[in-house]
Amino acid sequence: MNRIVIMGATSAIAEATARRFAARGDALFLVARNAQRLQAIADDLQLRGAHTVHRFTLDASDLDRFPAMLEAASAQMGGIDAALIAHGTLSDQLACQASTDLLQREFATNAVSFMALCTHLANRFEAQHHGVIAVISSVAGERGRQSNYVYGAAKAAVTAFTSGLRQRLYPLGVRVVTIKPGFVATPMTAAFKKGVLWASPAAVAKSIVHAMDTGAAVVYTPWFWRPIMWIIRSVPESIFRRLKM
Amino acid sequence: MASGSSWGRWPRHEQRLIALTNRFDALPDSQPMLPFGNGRSYGDVCLNGGGTLLLTRGLDRFISFDPVSGVLECEAGVLLSEIIGLTLPDGWFPAVTPGTALITVGGAIANDVHGKNHHRVGSFGHHVIEFELRRSDGQVLRCSRDCNPEWFCATIGGLGLTGLIRTARLQLRRVPGVWIGGDSQRFPNLEAFFELAENSDAEYEYTVAWLDCANAGSKLGRGIFMRGNHVQHDGAARAIAPPRTLPFTPPISPINGYSVRLFNELYFRRPAAQSSKTLWHYQPFLFPLDGLLQWNRIYGPRGFFQYQCVLPGSVTDETSALQEMLRRIARSGLGSFLAVLKRFGLKPSLGLLSFPRPGATLALDFPNRGEATLQLLEDLDSITRAAGGAVYPAKDARMSASSFQHYFPQWQQLRPFIDPGFSSSFWRRVNTSTT
Repeated sequence: MNRIVIMGATSAIAEATARRFAARGDALFLVARNAQRLQAIADDLQLRGAHTVHRFTLDASDLDRFPAMLEAASAQMGGIDAALIAHGTLSDQLACQASTDLLQREFATNAVSFMALCTHLANRFEAQHHGVIAVISSVAGERGRQSNYVYGAAKAAVTAFTSGLRQRLYPLGVRVVTIKPGFVATPMTAAFKKGVLWASPAAVAKSIVHAMDTGAAVVYTPWFWRPIMWIIRSVPESIFRRLKM
Repeated sequence: MASGSSWGRWPRHEQRLIALTNRFDALPDSQPMLPFGNGRSYGDVCLNGGGTLLLTRGLDRFISFDPVSGVLECEAGVLLSEIIGLTLPDGWFPAVTPGTALITVGGAIANDVHGKNHHRVGSFGHHVIEFELRRSDGQVLRCSRDCNPEWFCATIGGLGLTGLIRTARLQLRRVPGVWIGGDSQRFPNLEAFFELAENSDAEYEYTVAWLDCANAGSKLGRGIFMRGNHVQHDGAARAIAPPRTLPFTPPISPINGYSVRLFNELYFRRPAAQSSKTLWHYQPFLFPLDGLLQWNRIYGPRGFFQYQCVLPGSVTDETSALQEMLRRIARSGLGSFLAVLKRFGLKPSLGLLSFPRPGATLALDFPNRGEATLQLLEDLDSITRAAGGAVYPAKDARMSASSFQHYFPQWQQLRPFIDPGFSSSFWRRVNTSTT
């Protein structure tokens, strides 16, 4: 049994991943800002076989409460073996271009809060000499595109941050997993098939659990995003700047 | 807007899709809307051309389950297959299951679905303890036999028009395990079918017959009768192969008069058609088609029609109406690939517009060959009407408004319960005034 903290537990990917943890009897500590939705998901995961499910209501911008949240998780589960950080917002690019306040808030949610939580987890896991930190980044962080470079920049920060953290913690046996999903369809649209590039949260969840079990470093999910992103990264800037994407 | 169709893949409609993920949310302001579960209705009861579909598969959380009483509460987008996965290890099973477990609880209520055990336990609505109905004006109505009973009855079989069912509390039934024990036997004609049904219905929970619909003459009305009960068996459940998926839609359907006749002949003659004592895993017995996902693609890009009717009356009335139908189908040369025949029990359905009623029910499917197929179905309707029967809305894509109103003379009683923000392609089709 693993004792797992899930930040952003009401997101589709986090919920799908939590169901896999529940099915194998892990202990779960769910963190999200909407208490009512959190309760509904906790009840469900308990019925699906989770060893125990605890809840903690927290807004990701409330960095000061992160230590207390982790303290509660550790106390209620008797320790922490792994964490999945999956909260976030899909920034409205045009709105961010019009408002630097919004820009800062988006960056705070999608980058700063990730780095802060990773830091607290890293110090904790460093002391106990084991642990897995899995972080949902995005293929959008690989190269800024005009349609969503605010979101992309935040995810690029997360990717670079976790890369450095992974080096720091590797000798101690602590694993840091950077997960880069591509297009994820909401499960509800399954009846209306989208293009082949779209993956279901259940499929993404499966690769997240596998990556956390094996301590992989960087995971593209589905796998075909790795070659796609290699191509996108390889396009020279002289050409890239002319593209509309 | 996205183009979508139901299980029969005909008709196709453009509609706006809104995925629901949180059962506490108010309904979106996008009228007219209609809940859409897992898309297993065959025709257009789950479509809303030009309007909005509320996709309910994201409401798929369990709320509570009591392994002592077998009472399960869940969100309405949970599939029956998911319920089985959760509760079977504790010895509980949905009380009523149709031929596929890949349907949502909300859809099962809205169509008041029935199964092979209708003669014993009635339809799905009989096992619903309570549900919550979210209306477009923001209200949430708790509905049960005691609380808002008129809404309870309007929503069971109410085709999704009375509001969004957001959660439901179901009474499951005890089962000893995964096994179904029973037998299967060939019968030469309809008289023999009714005799078998008569003799089996008391002893067997599940009874159903496959009917050869491709061959006429002396073979008219022959088929295979299957019956079974949940049984205790100590053998370890061998793993059921994961379902395969029909990977693409063939440009021309391989289903035609020749292949249907050949399939029916082989199916009838296969050795397993006659077996005295058989042990089935529940999956192939109850949900034979769930082993091949997207099997509806086999009918090609034009899709197919289902026709399911119920023919009431004495055995003699039912037999003659059925014979007339089978002869008409054989004459058309359009043969039905799979024809299923069953006798409903006497238990009155709870829903205002529920389909199940005492009589013999026949389900057929036909590839869409345009006018010829529509004409055949129109002819079948005239036989059903003359017999005082009805056609199942969940499977229909083409019945006329006058046929519908004839089959469901109480249809206007649903009107006061229909949410003013809700509608469906089906409802607009059958709701027109007829003279």
